[in-house]
Amino acid sequence: MKPTSTTTRAEYCAIACADAWLDGGEVLASPMGLIPSIGARLAKRTFSPDLLLTDGEAMIVGLDGAVEGWLPYRQHLTMVTGGRRHVMMGASQLDRFGNQNISCIGDWQQPARQLLGVRGAPVNTLNNPVSYWVPKHSKRVFVPRVDMVSGVGYDSAAAAGPSATRFHRIPRVVSDLGVLDFETADHAMRLASVHPGVTVEEVQEATGFPLVLPDEVPRTREPTATELRLIRTVIDPDGLREREVPAV
Amino acid sequence: MTDKTMTPEDVVSRLRSGMTLGIGGWGSRRKPMALVRALLRSDITDLTVISYGGPDVGLLAAAGRIRTLVAAFATLDSIPLEPHFRAARQRGAFELREVDEAMFMWGLHAAANRLPFLPVRAGLGSDVMRVNPGLKTVTSPYEDGETFVAMPALRMDAALVHLHRADRLGNGQYLGPDPYFDDLFCEAADSAYVSCERLVDDFATAVPQTLLVKRHAVTGVVEAPNGAHFTSCAPDYGRDEPFQKLYATTPWPQFAERFLSGDEKAYRSAVESWHEEQQ
Repeated sequence: MKPTSTTTRAEYCAIACADAWLDGGEVLASPMGLIPSIGARLAKRTFSPDLLLTDGEAMIVGLDGAVEGWLPYRQHLTMVTGGRRHVMMGASQLDRFGNQNISCIGDWQQPARQLLGVRGAPVNTLNNPVSYWVPKHSKRVFVPRVDMVSGVGYDSAAAAGPSATRFHRIPRVVSDLGVLDFETADHAMRLASVHPGVTVEEVQEATGFPLVLPDEVPRTREPTATELRLIRTVIDPDGLREREVPAV
Repeated sequence: MTDKTMTPEDVVSRLRSGMTLGIGGWGSRRKPMALVRALLRSDITDLTVISYGGPDVGLLAAAGRIRTLVAAFATLDSIPLEPHFRAARQRGAFELREVDEAMFMWGLHAAANRLPFLPVRAGLGSDVMRVNPGLKTVTSPYEDGETFVAMPALRMDAALVHLHRADRLGNGQYLGPDPYFDDLFCEAADSAYVSCERLVDDFATAVPQTLLVKRHAVTGVVEAPNGAHFTSCAPDYGRDEPFQKLYATTPWPQFAERFLSGDEKAYRSAVESWHEEQQ
């Protein structure tokens, strides 16, 4: 398809995030961060109308913010373990098999930089699909081995046994450079697509481990005219997305 | 029936150094801050603190009162990383038992139900197992034969929670959108202290589902208006964002000197005059 020349990088990112919830069905979309939020709302407005959204506190809300349900933390955790949820989390570090770290940088005993803590990453990754959003693709984030496995990657789940792998799935990682997945024999991270304007070399250079590269890496799909209009005039009319992922 | 009302000082007089203390709320939301401030005015230390961490953890860590922290995170919500918790961790000031937030919840459920543990499909494959070498797994005795983490009960000597309303008997009501886990904290503790925005005579007109905490699980009730400040206590009040920012950006000795050297009344007037200065 001919690229829509006016489509920005941030918009490709939003589209790539939205596609994570394609065929999701009646599940809770838990987007963390701005671009994933735009993606989740875009998905609900277009191809995944049955998605559930939260207000970030205790309510399930529709696209206009109208309340349709109650989801306090304890019920949210039940939804996690029940599997009817697809979360897109952030990652301070992410490695080749999808292990994610949001806990701390350096030695856990006395970290160089204490971050959030593992939060719900261990329970999320073992119970419902977990995708990741990385707004700035770099070797600082894409590391050979994370310092503290918070979100469980494919190799760690396999080592932990069938209870860990039973519901474990990491559908995709979206970054400002492209889309990555684990659709390989050993679940090593693969470059699934590059955003238009990005080269494969650029992505590999910004990644701290060798990526699996298909013979031909496709470009991230173009938004439809309707999707572009929805992003620009309905979902994010103030253009906040361009601040999270600046135009290149 | 027993009138359980007491002052924050009464509560603190029943706590001891070395105790395991649960603190309700979540992040920077509905934390029993008046009780935490009263604790800071005492010389109680060496605490094991169990918390969905917010500024309660930051304050106690900065003041050097924590020996062990059991937590899945510490955050100020609108400020993602709790600076005093971070600083304390980075200087190795206390021992951390870092667990996932669902594991934490099942630990509370186990304690409230007088069970030694509950099985949970979380933790397996993550470094939560590496950094908590004491965590064990359990195999399902049924046909599936699955292996789970046996999350130990988070039993505590005392729990501190803050609710919107309470009666003198210890029944507590929440009016906000989320109960968090405050009822479980009370049930998981040998003694539980509920501070509230306002004491009421009864709950005759209350929506039944808002009556979260039952008196059999409560030892003491403290009327503490604005007692969650500067965390949120919606719908009574939201988070004091400017003050939280001050807390997060002021060197600890300076903050403690100005706001924590007197009693709760002194705290309130110090906060008020700081706000006036900002006009």
